[in-house]
Amino acid sequence: MSCCAPGAEMTNGDVAASRADEVLLASRIVGDGIRQTDLSVPGIHCGGCIQKVETALGALPGVETARVNLSSKRATIRWDGHQASPPPFIETLRGIGYDAHLYDVTADSKDTTLAGLLRALAVAGFAASNIMLLSVSVWAGADAGTRDLFHWISALIALPALAYSGRVFFRSAWRALRHGQTNMDVPISIGVLLAFGLSLYETFHHGAHAYFDASVTLLFFLLIGRTLDHLMRERARTTVKGLARLAARGALVLQHDGTRVYLPVNEIGVGTTVLLAAGERVPVDARVVSGQSDIDRSLLTGESIPVPAIEGTLLQAGTLNLTGPLTIVATAVAEDSFLAEMMRLIEAAESSRSHYRRIADRAARLYAPAVHTTALLTFFGWMIATGDAHRAITIAIAVLIVTCPCALGLAVPMVQVMAARRLFERGILLKDGGALERLAEIDAVVFDKTGTLTLGQPQLLNAAAIDPAAMGIASAIAAHSRHPYSRALAIAGHPGAVPQLASADVFEHPGSGMEARIGPHRYRLGRAAWALAASAPVAIETEGASAILARDGELLASFRFEDRLRADAAAAVNELRGNGLAVEVLSGDRGETVQRIAEAIGARHSANVLPAGKVARVAEIEASGHHVLMVGDGLNDAPALAAAHASMAPASAADIGRNAADLVFLHESLAAVPQAVAIARNAARLVQQNLALAVGYNLIAVPIAVLGYVTPLVAAVAMSSSSVIVIANALRLRGAKRKRRARRIFAPLVARPVTGRSA
Amino acid sequence: MTDFLYLVPIALGLGLAGLAAFMWALRSGQYDDLDGAAERILIDDGDKPLPDKRTPKTP
Repeated sequence: MSCCAPGAEMTNGDVAASRADEVLLASRIVGDGIRQTDLSVPGIHCGGCIQKVETALGALPGVETARVNLSSKRATIRWDGHQASPPPFIETLRGIGYDAHLYDVTADSKDTTLAGLLRALAVAGFAASNIMLLSVSVWAGADAGTRDLFHWISALIALPALAYSGRVFFRSAWRALRHGQTNMDVPISIGVLLAFGLSLYETFHHGAHAYFDASVTLLFFLLIGRTLDHLMRERARTTVKGLARLAARGALVLQHDGTRVYLPVNEIGVGTTVLLAAGERVPVDARVVSGQSDIDRSLLTGESIPVPAIEGTLLQAGTLNLTGPLTIVATAVAEDSFLAEMMRLIEAAESSRSHYRRIADRAARLYAPAVHTTALLTFFGWMIATGDAHRAITIAIAVLIVTCPCALGLAVPMVQVMAARRLFERGILLKDGGALERLAEIDAVVFDKTGTLTLGQPQLLNAAAIDPAAMGIASAIAAHSRHPYSRALAIAGHPGAVPQLASADVFEHPGSGMEARIGPHRYRLGRAAWALAASAPVAIETEGASAILARDGELLASFRFEDRLRADAAAAVNELRGNGLAVEVLSGDRGETVQRIAEAIGARHSANVLPAGKVARVAEIEASGHHVLMVGDGLNDAPALAAAHASMAPASAADIGRNAADLVFLHESLAAVPQAVAIARNAARLVQQNLALAVGYNLIAVPIAVLGYVTPLVAAVAMSSSSVIVIANALRLRGAKRKRRARRIFAPLVARPVTGRSA
Repeated sequence: MTDFLYLVPIALGLGLAGLAAFMWALRSGQYDDLDGAAERILIDDGDKPLPDKRTPKTP
C-alpha cells in the first residue's frame, strides 16, 4: 500500500502519502471499484458553501460524485478506487477555507431504528386520517347501517395499523412489565389496546360509540414525539462520533525485510518498528530508537510547549511528532496504551456520577399509577352507582383514553428537538435530551485552559517590538516548519514583506530550531543557546524569550510566545458570571501561564492539576451542593468531563474527550458555552410550561370523563387540541437572539486563519 | 347510500397512494438532507437531472 521507495528518508512527500493511506483506510468500497469517503466539514453553513465544496471536490481527478449534506455538515465523495492514491480531499478543502475531518463510517452503524419509526409514523398517520374521515361522518349523524359499515371499515384499518405502528410501545411496555417496572409506554399500551378492544366489542353489538379514531390518533401523536426524540439523539451522536479521530488510524511499519507497509493501529504489536514522519501522531505507546524531534503532548497534559524527543525517549499514544522523522518501537499494543488507562479513569468517574433521572421518566413514574387508579375507581364508582357493568367499563376506558399521555409524551421531546436545532444552528451538538436538562441545572463552570480557553496554539506576544525586516526573515524561515512557534511566526509575518525561501535553503534541526542560507548569511531561528555563536554575549533581551533569530551567530530579534485565548473567551466568561455562575480554571499547565490566562478572563484558578485531581475538584464542588459544567478538551480532562453534572468539549478535542462530553461545539468562539446554557435554561422553562399544560388539560378532562360525558368526538377534540397546544408552545423556543446573525456570518471567517494555515 | 361504495374505496386508495409515495421518498433518501434541499433550490447550475442511485441510501 505504501508508495515510498525503500531506503528513502521520510520527507514531506511521505507525510502526504501516509495521509492518503489514512484516507484509503477510512474509505469503503461501494461496488465496481468505486470507493466512498465521508468527510465531516463543520464549516458548511449555506447554499454557497454547498456549491463551493462540491465544485472543488468534483474537479479533482478521479472523483465521480461529490455531494454535501447540509443537515449533517458532511460531504460524501465517490471516487475511482483503481488509481494509485485517493485525491487530496482534505487538502483541497483546506485550500478553499474549510476544515475537514475524516468521517468514520465504521463508527456509524446504519440507523434502522429511525427508518422503522418513520414507517410506523407514516402507517399510523394514514390510518388516523382515514379513520378520522369515517368518524366525522359518523359524528355528523349517519344512520345505523352506515355507522356500522364505517365502524367495520375503521376496525379493518385500525387493526393492521395498531399491529404495525404500536409495536414500538407494546415492546417497551412488555419489557418494563416483565422486570416489574412501569414506564410511560405501559399506560399508552393499555389505553390503546383497551380502546381498540372496547370499540371492536361495540362494533359487534352495533353500538353507537367506537374509539378507533382515538386509539390510532393517540398512537400517531405519540409516535411523533418518539421519532423526534430519536432523531435528535441519533443525529448528534453520530455527528460527534464521526469527527476527526485524533488517535492515528494506522502507521507506516518497517518490516524485517526492510519493506514498508501501512498497517492499521490494531495490527501493531509490541516490538514493531514504526516510521513516524513529522506531523504524525504516535499510534501506540513507543520508545524512540533513532531520530530527533519535538513532541507536542498538549492533548495529554495541557502543556502547550513541545518537549524534545531523542533516542530512548518514551512516547505516549496520541502525542504529535512535530519537527523531525523518528523511528520508534512499540512498547504496548493499542489496547494497553496510555489511552486505555484514561478510559479506566473515565469509567470510574462515570460510575460514581449519581444516576440522573430524566424529567419524562420521573413524570411517568407518577403518571401511570395515578391514571390507572383513577380509571379503576371510576369503574367501581359506576358499578356501585348503576350496577351496569358495560357502562362502567365504557366510562373507565374513556378515562384511560382521555388521560393517555399524548401531550405529556410530546411535552419534553418537542422542546428538546427545538433546543437541539437551535444549538445546531450555533454549531453546538447535543448528545441527548438528558444532557440538556442537566445543563439547565448547573450553577458553576469549570474550564480547562489549553485547547479550551485557549486554542492550544501559541501566538507571538511581542510582535510590535520586533524590527520588520527581521520579522520578515523569521516568518519566511518559520513557514517551513510545523513547530507551533514557527506557525505562530509564519502567521504573524506581514504577507507583503516576506521574502520567499526555497525549501532547499532551509534545514530543520529537530530539538533546536531552523537554519537558512540567504545570500552570504546563515540565519538560525530557535533556541538561544543553539542559535547564538558560543562567543556571543548573551544579551539581557534573550532572557524569557522562547525563540530567537540570529544572523551568523549574532542576535537579530527575540520572540516571546503565549497561547492565544479563544475568540470571545473573556466575554463568554463575563456572560456566564452575569448569569450567576461561578467560574473556575483548572489546568495541568504551569502556574504562571495559567495565572496570566485566568487573570485575563478574571476567574479563580488552579495550576499543575493532574487528571485525577481534576476529577477530585469537580467531585468536591458537586459535593458542596453545586452542579458543575465542565468544559475541557484534552485526554486529561476526559475523566472530569465524565464526572461533572454536564460537560462540553470543543470539536478540536481528543476523541475520548468528545465522547465523554455531553455537548460539542464546532466553532472557535467560546460564546458557545453561555449560548448553550441560555438555550438549555429556556428549554427547561418551556418543558415545565408544557408539563403544566398537560397536567392542566388532565385536570379539566378527567372530571368530565369520570362523569361519563366523554364521547369519541369529545376525546378526539380534547386530545388533538392538547397536543397541538404543547407543540405550539415548544416552537416558541429561541436562543439568545442578539448577535446571532453576525455570528453565523463571521464564524467560518474567524475559524479560517487558525485552521487554514495549519495545512 | 350506494355512493359510499365508490367513495370509500377511492378515499382509502388516495390515502394508500400517499402512504406509498412517502415510503418511496423515505427510501430514496429525500429526507436525508432537508436543510440542504432548501438551499440547493437557489443554486443555478446544479439543475441537471440526478443520475440513478446517486444519493447514498444511508446518511
